[in-house]
Amino acid sequence: MRIKKGHRLKLLLVAVALILGACSGNDDSVGMAGSLMVGGVNGDELAEAQVMRRGNGAEPQSLDPHRAEGVPSGNIQRDLFEGLTIEAPNGDVIPGVAESWRISEDGRIYVFQLRANARWSNGGPVTAHDFVYSFRRSLDPETLSRYTFILAPILNAEAVASGTMPPAELGVRALDDHRLEITLRSVTPYFLGVLNHSASYPVHRGSVEAHGNRWTRPGNLVSNGAYLLVERFPESHIKIVRNPYYWDNDSTVIDEVWYYPTEDSASELRRYRAGELELTSTVPSKQIGWAQENLPDQLVIAPYLGTYYYGINLTKPPFADSPALRRALTLAIDREIITEEIAGAGQIPAFGWVPPVINYTGQQMPEAAWTQAEREEEARRLYLEAGYSDEDPLRLEVLYNTLEDHRRIAVGIASMWKSILGVETSLLNQEWRVFLDTKRKKDEMNVYTETEVFRGGWIGDYNDAFTFSELMHSGSGLNDSGYINPDYDLLLELASKEGDLKKRAEYLQEAEIILLKDLPIIPLYFYVSTYMVKPWVKGLTTNIMNHHYSKNLQILSH
Amino acid sequence: MLNYFVRRILGIIPTLFVLMALAFFLIRLAPGGPFDSEKVLLPEIEANLRAAYHLDEPLYQQFARYLGNLLQGDFGPSFQYRDLTVTELIMTGFPISLRLGAGAMVFAVIFGVLAGSVAALWQNSRTDYFVMVISMTGISVPSFVMAPLLVLVFAVYLGWLPAGGLGGGSLRNMVLPVVALALPQIAYIARLTRGSLIEILRSNFIRTAKAQGLPMGKILLVHALKPALLPVVSYLGPATAAIITGSVVIEQIFGIPGLGRFFVQGALNRDYTLVMGIVVFYGVLIVVFNFLVDLAYAWLDPKVRYG
Repeated sequence: MRIKKGHRLKLLLVAVALILGACSGNDDSVGMAGSLMVGGVNGDELAEAQVMRRGNGAEPQSLDPHRAEGVPSGNIQRDLFEGLTIEAPNGDVIPGVAESWRISEDGRIYVFQLRANARWSNGGPVTAHDFVYSFRRSLDPETLSRYTFILAPILNAEAVASGTMPPAELGVRALDDHRLEITLRSVTPYFLGVLNHSASYPVHRGSVEAHGNRWTRPGNLVSNGAYLLVERFPESHIKIVRNPYYWDNDSTVIDEVWYYPTEDSASELRRYRAGELELTSTVPSKQIGWAQENLPDQLVIAPYLGTYYYGINLTKPPFADSPALRRALTLAIDREIITEEIAGAGQIPAFGWVPPVINYTGQQMPEAAWTQAEREEEARRLYLEAGYSDEDPLRLEVLYNTLEDHRRIAVGIASMWKSILGVETSLLNQEWRVFLDTKRKKDEMNVYTETEVFRGGWIGDYNDAFTFSELMHSGSGLNDSGYINPDYDLLLELASKEGDLKKRAEYLQEAEIILLKDLPIIPLYFYVSTYMVKPWVKGLTTNIMNHHYSKNLQILSH
Repeated sequence: MLNYFVRRILGIIPTLFVLMALAFFLIRLAPGGPFDSEKVLLPEIEANLRAAYHLDEPLYQQFARYLGNLLQGDFGPSFQYRDLTVTELIMTGFPISLRLGAGAMVFAVIFGVLAGSVAALWQNSRTDYFVMVISMTGISVPSFVMAPLLVLVFAVYLGWLPAGGLGGGSLRNMVLPVVALALPQIAYIARLTRGSLIEILRSNFIRTAKAQGLPMGKILLVHALKPALLPVVSYLGPATAAIITGSVVIEQIFGIPGLGRFFVQGALNRDYTLVMGIVVFYGVLIVVFNFLVDLAYAWLDPKVRYG
């Protein structure tokens, strides 16, 4: 009997050792074996097989550029299709199918000169007529696009999208085969950036008309980007190869790209470590510390065009008409603890609404310059001023969508509110779609009935302050705080008609200052993008949009 | 016998109808709709979307339409995978889930019965304890812990096997998912086999066989194992269900494009047709499988009558 016991114990020890060994993760030899030899002697020798395997988050809903939505779709769309403009590796907008353009004095009329050698993947030329067809299709309510709003600057786009005007009335016309004229409803400084969004991509009329809903299948899908679709296996992979007719095919190095849907980021990281992916879509926040310690040269963290915030319901008590209380809650949060201890990936503490974008100086609450102790002091004063005290504390509910990271942040904030102000916070988490539903529930008086404070995150659609400013406009469908300030709205309307970049930025900055005074939202941090990339992938440059065209990448020998 | 057949088959139809109705109305009761997203849709486009998927009709009409299409073998278009139909998704996902599930089942039965028999034959020996400790571990460690551990050890550290993906249907890619899916079942089957074999080995007819001087191997294979497997066979039905539900987790962890993965994504995205399609498909499968198990049981055990 004694022997048997000993044997069992030994077994247990072996099992424990196996588990500990597996968890410790100190062995970083995998995937690093050849790192010293990357790129041969000169460091720029290319690998024989130019195959790129990218983790891509989720399976795209559709490969139709006018129906695609979400970040994973966008990555594939940028490889398959090309708009009038594209982005350089650093995110600058550069010529795509259009080799040059002229903009009229008043900034409303754009004439694009298309490349004579722009071709579809079936060899046919890409013409101005293709773009006319495509813009109309993208906005046609029958197409069921979700991104019609992004084309709103085009003359009559909104009327076409809502079905009140026929698509032919859209302000886009072909002057000849290679000249395209686009008329805007008013000057729009970020318009060239909109043209590299998938809603602006050309689709091949012949293939759309011949195959109907089946036109996005391999074999049917004709595209005009650097790659063409050869294989699609839902929830397994999407395989694309070089488009031999692409006008800049000579500069393309990667021959084959495999996109893998990786909803589970922990699995994605394991596949990366096992050498099955060259590039991941993200890094699970709990693994960032591990990656910083073990694979620091493969972990990329870069500023990303997004703001993480808490929205406040202004349409009912306790937050309606109580700016002091909102300010107290805002100031009591120590953002550095959130970014460093909880989120932990180098996020940037936010005292403003608009993340760093081009042609804009982000505004901050005046208290941003204070020490945290001073902010907490002021928070307590405002809390008392708003009529709350230790005997009669504020009780509120924070709603967030179910995700471990959101939960940890909510718990952190609740404990700060508790210890500094004495606020009693209850936390409520809901699965994403339920959360959206709850957050938007309104009664007939336009009062949001369900929420008090809710978690929010906004990722900009294009590199411009306006994609953030417009969210808080009283007419915005995304303004879930119910924030209405005519001064704010007026400044936005002025900005959207202003051709002078500097003047426009001033309007938007002034609007942001108003927003930070009213505080319908509590800004918490600006996002960063995080991902892992193998040392032998060359050409990957960080940019605020986190867009990485496969055609700009190379695989070095390793 | 024929009577028994017909009655069982007739019993299947109301079962399936109730299943379909429940699934159809329950998923529509879940808050949030298939077209909800952070971006708010133009009312015009939302109306078009709803019309395109017939969501603008009254529920009973939608249900009738659904049943009508189903009778023609049409599961409808997917809400989430907008380029594809549910039938196509099931057709691509099912062979993969089947391979995974069948692999896990075969693996579980072979190793479970083997381990259980070994444990029973050498009852209360070290081998017995070893098998039982391992099987206890297999039952108590959930697969979402076991699967990542297996990947870390065999894919990341040792580099013997792929960490995930389909790998073009390569057998290497199926090894870890099959093992991860089979482990809890091996454990159950081993315990069932052990218990029942120990009991059989003590029974009178085995003693008689031994007294007649039959070799132990023959006694075991010819006389003892068949009755000892009865509880295992009746466990195959629940095992199938467990493997199907288990595959939901396993397919997600290993990035395998099977029905389980579609089901999870479909449920999260309120893809009504996809969820319905998979529920109906699996419903039919499980009902049929239970039916087959009953037949097998009747064959194995003369005490079960067809009456």
